Amino acid sequence: MICRTSPEVGGMGHSIKRKEDLRFIQGKGNYVDDVNLPDMVYGHMVRSPYAHARLKGINTENAKQLPGVLTVITGEDLAKANLAWMPTLFFDKQMVLATGKVLFQSQEVAFVVAEDPYIAADAAELVEVDYEELPVLVDPHKALDPDAPILRDDREDKSNHIFHWEVGDRAATDKVFEDAEVKAKVHAVFQRCHPAPLETCGCVADHNAATGRLTIYLTSQAPHAHRTLFAIVGGIPENNIRVISPDIGGGFGNKVPIYPGYVCAVVASLTLGRPVKWIETRSENLQSTGFARDYHMTAELAATQDGKIQAMRVKTLADHGAFNAAAQPTKFPAGLFSICTGAYDYPTAFCEVDGVYTNKAPGGIAYRCSFRVTEAAYLIERAVDVLAQELKTDPVELRRKNFISPEKFPYKSPLGWSYDSGDYDAAMKVALDTIGYDALRKEQQEKRAKGELMGIGISSFVEVVGAGPAHTFDIAGIKMFDSCEIRIHPTGKAMCRMGTKSQGQGHETTYAQIVAQELGIPAADVTVEEGDTDTAPYGLGTYASRSTPVSGAATAMAARKIRDKAKKIAAHLLECSEEDLDWEPGKFFVKGAPSKAKTIQDIAFAAYTNMPEGMEAGLEAVDYYDPPNLTFPFGTYICVVDIDKGTGEVKVRRFVAVDDCGNIINPMIVEGQIHGGLTEGLAIAFMQQIGYDENGNVQGGTFMDYLLPTAVETPHWETGKTCTPSPHHPFGAKGVGESPNVGSPAAFVNAVVDALSHLGVKHIDMPIAPWKVWNILKEKGAVN
Amino acid sequence: MAKKQLVQIKVNGRNREAMVEPRLLLVHFIRGIPGLTGTHVGCDTTHCGACTVLLDGKTVKSCTMFAVQADGCELLTVEGLMQNGKLHPLQEGFKEEHGLQCGFCTPGMLISSYALLSKNENPSEEEIRWGISGNLCRCTGYQNIVKAVQYAAGKMEQGGKDDLPNIA
Ligand code: FES
Ligand code: FES
Repeated sequence: MICRTSPEVGGMGHSIKRKEDLRFIQGKGNYVDDVNLPDMVYGHMVRSPYAHARLKGINTENAKQLPGVLTVITGEDLAKANLAWMPTLFFDKQMVLATGKVLFQSQEVAFVVAEDPYIAADAAELVEVDYEELPVLVDPHKALDPDAPILRDDREDKSNHIFHWEVGDRAATDKVFEDAEVKAKVHAVFQRCHPAPLETCGCVADHNAATGRLTIYLTSQAPHAHRTLFAIVGGIPENNIRVISPDIGGGFGNKVPIYPGYVCAVVASLTLGRPVKWIETRSENLQSTGFARDYHMTAELAATQDGKIQAMRVKTLADHGAFNAAAQPTKFPAGLFSICTGAYDYPTAFCEVDGVYTNKAPGGIAYRCSFRVTEAAYLIERAVDVLAQELKTDPVELRRKNFISPEKFPYKSPLGWSYDSGDYDAAMKVALDTIGYDALRKEQQEKRAKGELMGIGISSFVEVVGAGPAHTFDIAGIKMFDSCEIRIHPTGKAMCRMGTKSQGQGHETTYAQIVAQELGIPAADVTVEEGDTDTAPYGLGTYASRSTPVSGAATAMAARKIRDKAKKIAAHLLECSEEDLDWEPGKFFVKGAPSKAKTIQDIAFAAYTNMPEGMEAGLEAVDYYDPPNLTFPFGTYICVVDIDKGTGEVKVRRFVAVDDCGNIINPMIVEGQIHGGLTEGLAIAFMQQIGYDENGNVQGGTFMDYLLPTAVETPHWETGKTCTPSPHHPFGAKGVGESPNVGSPAAFVNAVVDALSHLGVKHIDMPIAPWKVWNILKEKGAVN
Repeated sequence: MAKKQLVQIKVNGRNREAMVEPRLLLVHFIRGIPGLTGTHVGCDTTHCGACTVLLDGKTVKSCTMFAVQADGCELLTVEGLMQNGKLHPLQEGFKEEHGLQCGFCTPGMLISSYALLSKNENPSEEEIRWGISGNLCRCTGYQNIVKAVQYAAGKMEQGGKDDLPNIA
């Protein structure tokens, strides 16, 4: 049980208003593009119009002649400094500026720097590049064909195959399938998406020749890791690099990798001795930076006639584009995809993934998702629905029959995870009651009789978030711990510095609440600072819902270290022994004599003015937290849709989301995260897709055709919760930012398929645009 | 480079003037000349609305206008919403109702909401959703933005029109 602090203290469970909001509502945020330094110049990228072409020559003369242009950097220039290529976050390398050939449309070819951004753009037009087109590979299914063009001639292995990864017991799984009474199979493509945070990526690189220091203002979700990578790749001593990640306008995984534009800006600043700003346009952001998904999946379930699931078999083709720029832990080429067995209890499973290169933008990043967990949750939740159809049973009933029961936790999944805690049926029950499930099924029957289309979709997802533990998880070799440093000032106010970096999640508020909870210092008196590598303790950053599970835990642990010291000081002040003291948030008091007390503020003052003999002055602590396990948030989502037969348009009538993320720090912020994640889930299910035509031209490369929902398309979300604390987390939290994005796509798709199931429809690939539905209705004879 | 021209624009009640290239976008004028960086750029196709400002009382996407076209006009940006050290009810509403997360869309959202409330004092949820449909938000799912606008409408009903900054 978490004890409850007063609203004035604002510890855990209080919906205190966000501390960061004041500057944003006044237009006083400080995003990277707001950073303006004296003498600053501007970079602009020249990009390839072709998806696959040999670079025969680049003529930069005309560009350089334009007044105001300072330099034009090409791949050949970078090659001289051994910087034409850089490592990706996943055992591959990526061209910073192209040499030899280009491998995807909008690939970086040259970098122009000028006194003014308009001149830089003009000069980019004047860079003449001579290309010779090569055959283009777009379809990942053709990547391994013998006649497929080999894209990466820089690699020793002359093949488009990147990796094969498998987990589980293939033979045992095959055996179960051979003998199974019922089998269900679904081919599901999780389309290529882009996180498209509202702020694009960019940086200001400022090399100060006088001090030798390089300061990089960067749209970075992981500033410390980025500093280390700049040091290793650029050969700059790490103490001379300062990465500052100021306010970030949304990240969702897009701001985890290092992009060529950053490297070019740094090189330009080093060469010119002036600050260089590079801010990509939206089109550049969509066309060249980290995409997500592009998983082509087949799932099979084996079950008994009475609906007990016995085994799962998964085969997946992963399209990584031109370079494997996935951002995921090094031992996990397919991320945490093996969570795909879901919320269900069966002993046998096998999962294999093959990664391939194509002529598309590089990536494979975790878009509001803990490394491929979204793909996994979508796959199992779709497969269970297909099985229900096969068995002619209700999808709710089938789920409830197979849920891992609460007493089985910690539960060892067939693909090797150890689920920390869960009560899946409890969340299901709340969702069913809230939405009125039985009445909806009745209504559906009546509507069908009248020829109207209505569907109900269920998703009972399980997530796996909060990486570490460090023994298993690392990014580019750096272990996935995270950190917090707390300093209590003499007057009892606190400063908290973190290894993570908020991109809108409200860290300045929630971490302060953890300190308030642990030390009784009002959250209002706690300043949280992130993103400056000169001041913050080292950490791996914010993605994969790891801030609360890892840095949140570090905050609690650092606060507890401070409390231990505070106790010694309190005993000194109260002239008693430590054993005689009890704690309640905000003070130590003598057992049985509550009036004999010292507040944390008294103690803080004493830590600098009147400490016991032999004790070091000060009251501060730092903690690098290595979680013993991951956390496993879960929930049940139910979606009700109506389909317009005339247009094929799907309207989400209701959506109930019941989430269980363990103990909650700030319910208002959690609810906000859920609203946002559901809206991205809606976008993925119905709108967002980065497509390519057969020549590798990107479709969906601007906001004209990469569709995002406005307030009008977005339904009114209904949220609910259950609470199953994580047993291993210091205050029982699990993390929530990504659950709604992970859990919801299946609920939307299941609802649409459910609406059409009586016509024999078993699956529709996302995004479910009206034309797709309308074509199906036509094909099935439901409309003329 | 075309010849520079003089533009004079009244921004949040203050006259600002500069010699600019005719192709300078209004949003770059706002961010550059008075250095008001609250107005953001989120796209290059006039979709996101992060750059929304009020020009002579009407919302415009300042990325889709040249500064020279705004010569002689009056502009309200997010920085002009606060009056006499007091937050506008909309600003208060966004904070109270958790109407923002990363804050990147917020300035544009505030201006669009401001324009909506000046035309319609008591909008329904649907009217608010349409009113902000030129502004994209990737973080909030809009629901709390709707609540924030409702909060402001309620507040302004109590406080009367005095709460509205008297600029545009
Ligand atoms: S910047 Fe997106 S509409 Fe103006
Ligand atoms: S709050 Fe981030 S885009 Fe709206």
